[in-house]
This record gives sequence, structure tokens and C-alpha cells, in this order.
Amino acid sequence: MNTNFSVSYFFLATFSLARRELVRFIRQRSRMIGVIGSPLVFWFLIGSGLSGSFRHPSAPPEMNYLEYFFPGTIVLIILFTSIFSTMSIIEDRKEGFLQSVIVAPVPRSSIVMGKILGGTALALGQAALLLILTPCIGITLSVTSFLIVILTLFLIAFGLTGLGFLIAWKMDSTQGFHAIMNLFLIPLWLLSGSLFPASGAAGWLGTAMMANPLTYGVAALRQGLYMAPHTATSDLGPLALNLGVTTLFALVTFAGSSMLVNQRSKS
Amino acid sequence: MSDVVTLSSLTFSYPPGRKQESPRIALNNVSFSIGQGEMFCLLGPNGSGKSTLFRLLSTLLVPPAKAVTIFGFDLKERPAEIRQTIGIVFQNSSLDKKLTVRENLLHQGHLYNLRGPALHGRIDEILARVKLLDRANDIAETLSGGMQRRVELAKGLLHHPKLLLLDEPSTGLDPGARIEFDAYLREIQAAEGVTILLTTHILAEAERADRLAILEAGHLVALGTPAALTAEIGADIVTIDAENPAELAAEIREKFGGAPAVIDAKIHVERAGGAEFIPALVGAFPGRIRSVMFSRPTLEDVFIRKTGHQFWNAEARE
Repeated sequence: MNTNFSVSYFFLATFSLARRELVRFIRQRSRMIGVIGSPLVFWFLIGSGLSGSFRHPSAPPEMNYLEYFFPGTIVLIILFTSIFSTMSIIEDRKEGFLQSVIVAPVPRSSIVMGKILGGTALALGQAALLLILTPCIGITLSVTSFLIVILTLFLIAFGLTGLGFLIAWKMDSTQGFHAIMNLFLIPLWLLSGSLFPASGAAGWLGTAMMANPLTYGVAALRQGLYMAPHTATSDLGPLALNLGVTTLFALVTFAGSSMLVNQRSKS
Repeated sequence: MSDVVTLSSLTFSYPPGRKQESPRIALNNVSFSIGQGEMFCLLGPNGSGKSTLFRLLSTLLVPPAKAVTIFGFDLKERPAEIRQTIGIVFQNSSLDKKLTVRENLLHQGHLYNLRGPALHGRIDEILARVKLLDRANDIAETLSGGMQRRVELAKGLLHHPKLLLLDEPSTGLDPGARIEFDAYLREIQAAEGVTILLTTHILAEAERADRLAILEAGHLVALGTPAALTAEIGADIVTIDAENPAELAAEIREKFGGAPAVIDAKIHVERAGGAEFIPALVGAFPGRIRSVMFSRPTLEDVFIRKTGHQFWNAEARE
């Protein structure tokens, strides 16, 4: 289908579309407050509230809930950012911007890649901002540890933005997207080990968490943050497996989105 | 004159979906072609199929094979080549309102594999052409509706398309801005040597085109230059308002011949030498005629002749 496909053209179109996402974001500053602010408030209130009663099954007793909940908060920021940036697909379709992109001769995959990379960059930037807080919960990041954390955040952000793309592409109202977000995306996060560890969960819940691809991203993030063997990460499986599943999830959502955009008559 | 667009027996129906049970035929056996350098107008009321045809030509919908070619490329098989050669101005604004005019055009250029100094030069050139160079660094949403339309036009023309498609380009413009936009379009057509296809449901707009096709309920009902189509009627139009139009129409036919038709409670008579006919008509039926109107045939009359009803009524029935 893309007979005039060339690598430089693919990247030109992809980065142009991605840059548009960033510029739009910077011009709508209130979005940033919502995306970073609310998870931080969650973290502080839920974290402080549960600190007294939470007891991790395998971690040392000095690990309080603020510390346990910290990686989950970062993932929540990523989830919110990817939701907001893919929700704009619906607005773009309504306003007509998307139409002018679809009728351009660009490879369809660069339309998807541009949108996902733009959303990923925003999510990654905001999540990384939160890493400044790591000393507050007693974690000092080594260089290796920092690199693994950034890689993991990138993969989680890419996968979640891809998932948002898959959901948003066929939708015609942002209200519909909100419904999916509450029914599907938030539970996806709730059952990812962000809020409570799988090791302490009841049988069916544990199974659901095992099947949740986000669980592996959160696990990789925890392992990256602690790096050295730590009792809080001992029950999470090997890092390679966690990163592998997270990469696979990102690739699958990207491939799925590209296939969806390739269906010409449906758009 | 080589053909830019060729439609041969194009039939298109929407597949059955959630909202309708059987396929809905939007275009029925439509054939015509558009020549190099023409300003061609698709005229039709809402629901006539012109929007479907526009979506097909802009590669958003997929036509049957061999039914449509653009610059010799089959629209079904070779959308990528066609996308390179056409520029599109949609009815809805496609500008990113949060970006500046120049940023909008930069992104558009990147989507067409233009970059660097060549792209910047072209943006300056095309903005000068639509007289918006001084607004290049303004955020799009701060421009007036008419100016935003001109940016859309610049966006559609940026990559030197050989065919420009415009869907209802005058939507949302006041009459002054509409005439102004039309002038820009003519000027650009001459300067860029581009073939233009536009859709409209405004008769006056269609009259300014080089050639037009009239669509109604998916059928092509007329094709030609505005002058040829109105000349086909070959007569003046006399419209009569009367108490009892059907009865009077029959009596007119008896006395004067011809085929008076009752459309919307008014009698329409096509007649050569209408100016002499009117005094005779009024004299023949004293007290029974409320008013008589004389006019040269317009596209509206062409539409009435071809479909048997008024243009605006066709729209109201949808």
C-alpha cells in the first residue's frame, strides 16, 4: 500500500506528529496539573492513610505504604497521561485535523507511531519528574538503576498509549472513553501490583494480576528502583521476564493500532 | 484535453450497519470526467450523494475497482499515488487551533515529505497568495472564520497538488467572505494551474463554475457548463401564482399549448418570448391570477426540469 515508503519520510512524518502533541500540551498547561497533581494527591493521602495498617508480606517492617505505593503512583501518572493524549484522537477526528492526516500519503504506521511517541514522551517526562522524590522515600538511584527505570517507564508509557490508541480510534465521543477508562483502564492499574502485592491477594485476584500485562511493568519498575536484591521485590520474578512481557505488550498494542488505521473504508 | 478524474458507472453503497438493515445506495451508475484545468462543481441537495463522492475521491472511502481513476491511477488500487497528487479542503476545519498558522503548515508539509528551506519558502509563497503572510505567527484560533478558510486553502495547496478538492468551501462564511474566497480560488487556479473540484448546495456558487454535475438521490441528472444547461431550456420561465393552480394550468395548456407544470402550488411555464406571452396570459384569465413572474432560466429551473421538483424541496425531504 505504501509504495512511496522511505525511512526518512517515515521519521519526518512521525516526529512532526509527535512534536505537535508536545506543543499542544505545553500550550494547555492545566493538563499538566491534572495529570501530575491528582496522582500525587492520591499518593500522599492513600499512602499516609494506609501507612499504619499496611504490612507487606515479605518486605521488612520499616517499608511503609508511602514507599510501597510510590512506583504505583508513577504508573498512574503514565496511565493518566496516555489516556489524555489518546483521548485527543477523538477530538482530532471531530475537529477534522485527523482527516487531513489520513488523506496524506504518509505510511499509516507513522500516523500511529507519531501519536504514540508523542504521548509516550509526555508520560515519560512527567513520570521522570517524580523520580526527584525518590530520596524522600529512602531510595538512592544508581546510574544502572536509573537507566533501567527510564527504560521501563518508556515501555509502560508506549504500551499504555498504544492501548489508549486502540480504544480511542473507533470511538466517537469522549464520554464513551471515560466509561472505558473507569471500567477497564483504572482496574487494569488497580490489579497491577501498584496498590497491593499479588503475593498477598486471594486466589482469583492473584490469577487476574498474573494475566495483567501491566503487572510486569510495575514489577520491572520496582526492581529497577531497588536494583540490589530487596525483600520487597523477591516475589516478582526475574527482571528479564518482566521487561520482556512489557516490551511484548508495547509491540502488540502498536501492531494492533497500525492494523486498525490501515482499514481505509472504516475511517 | 486530458482527463484528471474519470468516473465510469460508479455505484457505491454503504454496507448495512447498526442503524440500517439493508445496504444504502448512495451513488447509482454515475459517469463523467473532469478535464485538466477545469473548475468543476458537484451540485446537489443534502443526501444527493455528493458528499459520498467527495469522500471517495479524497480516499477516505474505497470505491469498486475500475470505477474511478484520478490521473490514470485506479482509486481503489493506488491510493498512495493519488494522495500525493491531490489537495483537499474539508468542510470542517482541519486546522490545529492551538498551533500557529506556520506550525500548521509545517506539519502539513512534513506529512507530504516536504522539509527544510524548500518547505519554508513554499509556506511563505502560499501564505502571500492567500494574503496571510503577516498572520503566519498567529495562533490559528485567533483568526476570523474567513481567514481560517484561507489557511485551509493554503494547507490544501502546499504540496503543489494537481487536483484540489473542496467540500462545501463556503460553509460558515458570510456572503462577503464567500465572494472573496471565490476570488482567491480563481486567482490561485490561474497561478498554480490546478484543476478544482468543489461541492456545493448553493446554486449561485455552481453558476460560477466552468462545468457542473447535478446529483440527485445518487443519480447524475445533469452535466455541462452552466450556460449550456440553462440554454437547454431554451425559453423564458414564467411563474404564475393563482387561486387554483391545477385547474388554471389545464386551461393554460388548452389555450396556449406547451406543458405548464404545477410545482409547489405555482404554475411554471417554459416559453420562448415570455415577454409577449404575459400580457396575453393575464388578458385571457382576468381576475384569476395573483401574480406573474418572468425570469431567464437558472440552474434552479434546470434542476426542476430534470427532477420534477424544486431544489430546496429535495433537501427538505431528507
